[in-house]
Amino acid sequence: MTVVHSARKTPRFADTQIEMAHGAGGLASRRLVEGLIAPYFSNPILQAYTDAATLSVGGKKIATTADGFVVSPLRFPGGSIGELAVNGTLNDLAVSAAKPLALMTTLILEAGLPAGTLETEIESMAIAARKAGVTIVGGDTKVVEHGKADGMYVTTFGIGELDERVTLDPATIRPGDKILLSGAIGAHGITILLARGELDLQADLVSDTRSVWPLVSALVEECAPGLRWMRDPTRGGVATSLNELVREVSDCGIAIFEECIPMHDAVRGACELLGLDPLHIANEGQFLAVVAPEYADAALAAVRGVAGGEGAVYVGEARAEPKRCVIGVNGYGGTRVIDMLVGDPLPRIC
Amino acid sequence: MKYVDEFRDPRVISRVAREIARTVDPARRYRVMEVCGGHTHSIYRHGLRDVLPENIELIHGPGCPVCVLPTGRVDDGLTIADRDDTILTCFGDMMRVPGTKGTPLELKARGADIRMVYSPLDALKLAQQNPRKHVCFFSIGFETTAPSTALTILRAQALGVTNFSVFCNHVTIVPAMRAILDSPDMRIDGFVGPGHVSSITGCRPYEFIARDYGKPVVVSGFEPLDILESILMIVHQLHANEAKVENQYKRIVPWEGNVPALRAMLQVFELRPYFEWRGLGFISQSALAIRAELSAFDAERIFDIPGVRVTDPRGAQCGEVLKGVLKPPQCKLFATECNPEHPVGALMVSSEGACAAYYRYAMRAAVET
Repeated sequence: MTVVHSARKTPRFADTQIEMAHGAGGLASRRLVEGLIAPYFSNPILQAYTDAATLSVGGKKIATTADGFVVSPLRFPGGSIGELAVNGTLNDLAVSAAKPLALMTTLILEAGLPAGTLETEIESMAIAARKAGVTIVGGDTKVVEHGKADGMYVTTFGIGELDERVTLDPATIRPGDKILLSGAIGAHGITILLARGELDLQADLVSDTRSVWPLVSALVEECAPGLRWMRDPTRGGVATSLNELVREVSDCGIAIFEECIPMHDAVRGACELLGLDPLHIANEGQFLAVVAPEYADAALAAVRGVAGGEGAVYVGEARAEPKRCVIGVNGYGGTRVIDMLVGDPLPRIC
Repeated sequence: MKYVDEFRDPRVISRVAREIARTVDPARRYRVMEVCGGHTHSIYRHGLRDVLPENIELIHGPGCPVCVLPTGRVDDGLTIADRDDTILTCFGDMMRVPGTKGTPLELKARGADIRMVYSPLDALKLAQQNPRKHVCFFSIGFETTAPSTALTILRAQALGVTNFSVFCNHVTIVPAMRAILDSPDMRIDGFVGPGHVSSITGCRPYEFIARDYGKPVVVSGFEPLDILESILMIVHQLHANEAKVENQYKRIVPWEGNVPALRAMLQVFELRPYFEWRGLGFISQSALAIRAELSAFDAERIFDIPGVRVTDPRGAQCGEVLKGVLKPPQCKLFATECNPEHPVGALMVSSEGACAAYYRYAMRAAVET
């Protein structure tokens, strides 16, 4: 029996229509981007599929990123669409080891949106930007008919200054490298799921939305040469980010120690009840980093030394076998393959 | 987390695993079928294959509701969603089950009003909120979910709701187990018995398996420790040349079952003379229909259901996998034409389906075989 790994293969996008799964950040999203969009724009910067695109301007390296936000409901415990838009964009720059400098934003507004709601979101964006020390320098505003947008959508563009001491390249990952996770997972995805009010579940849980730049910045200062790769595990969760990583590594795989993965009890409970894998749940204020073993202690200390980084832990390591595969290892030696998110995370029924 | 952590304690699990390894006879093979999809999922999710001796073979049974639902019934149900005045509701698992014209999710993307609910009561609530629409609940599942459907119909009747119906696809597990036992290629030594189903039915319905077929049945919980303990209990019975029904899942399953739930089912449902199971064919008295006196809530009587019959896709060997004759990767379509993103057979849809579980969690094993 042979099973073909899909790495490096980019078949044409054959689906006949766009479905919700194509936006869920998992396998279907990847197929859409690689099979339909990237072939037309084909260029090496795009096809590195990193969180931010690196450009060289006048000998200086800058990172650029664009993002879109369509979250419903607009406000949820711990955050709102405006705050999310700023932090999400900052985080894509941060995990590229780029110090965020400036943002632009486009607002798609639905006729009938209360001006107060809009103002609250603009204020949230301003506060989040100020907190991160970036300025919002421009953008666009469009209005569509009532019923054509869910209140408001936000898109952003961000620019940052790459830290030249850091080289992030999955090909440099070696067996023995450590996987660092900045804190508890799943809070954002589960908070949104509960905030939609479709489940009769209540939990004392708030979104983890925040800028991770302070944590990343400390990490870069302490161990720039030991950093191999970073990613913020948003849609599709930690499992999807690591599966994207193993497609790019040269000669190893990733093992996750299942019992080491930090999560809030409410996240764990909701996932148990709904049959979801916490590793597939979205985060908006965490990042993963692969760190060379000789920098492991310094890296952990650096992140933990920053307010909000106290929960950072090592959750896994790169291993020689099985290659280009993410496996979960539990406390009694049982293993499983951890796959990318397939479809939307739908609950099991029994 | 109470009732979870105790049953996932690595030290205890390792201890039971060592005991199983010590107990088994290396010269013997043990073919154990876990009946429930929930067990299959748990076995892969928790990597239990890695701690079991090589000569214990786990065969994945038919206890996954969407897996045994034939394509024709999916098509039948989806005709209800074709109507403009109707909202079709179903469990999340159903949303990705392929009919011949697509999955409910694909139909929804094309504009059909199909909504996912977590409980039939949510569908009833939707009917009350949308008095101008008819809301139909596409019900699936074994005895685990049948009582909640029954109670919802009774509540709809009590509330006088007239725009709510159920497209009933409830099946019962015992006739399917009997069909597998009667199958000529059956080669099973014992059963890890259904857990949630038994919380409703109790343990008595399995007594014929021990008595008439001489096979041990251990009703089991779903945590790793539950499953390992149940396997150990089966091994002990086989060594003692015994065949009896034992209850490992005592914290949930009363021996006599859940009497109020059974009473509600009896009040609402009657046995169909026969029903088609994917892969297993027609099995007599294996499914539930809504009683005539509640026909006002029966989608099959309200709507003109075409009664579609669709043969399984060419090359798909779902039936053999369901009966435990083939392992998922031995199917011709496994991981090629049939994968979790584009399932051909329903065993690839639900995370409780043997093929999806195998694909998700054990691709490495598949690579090595």
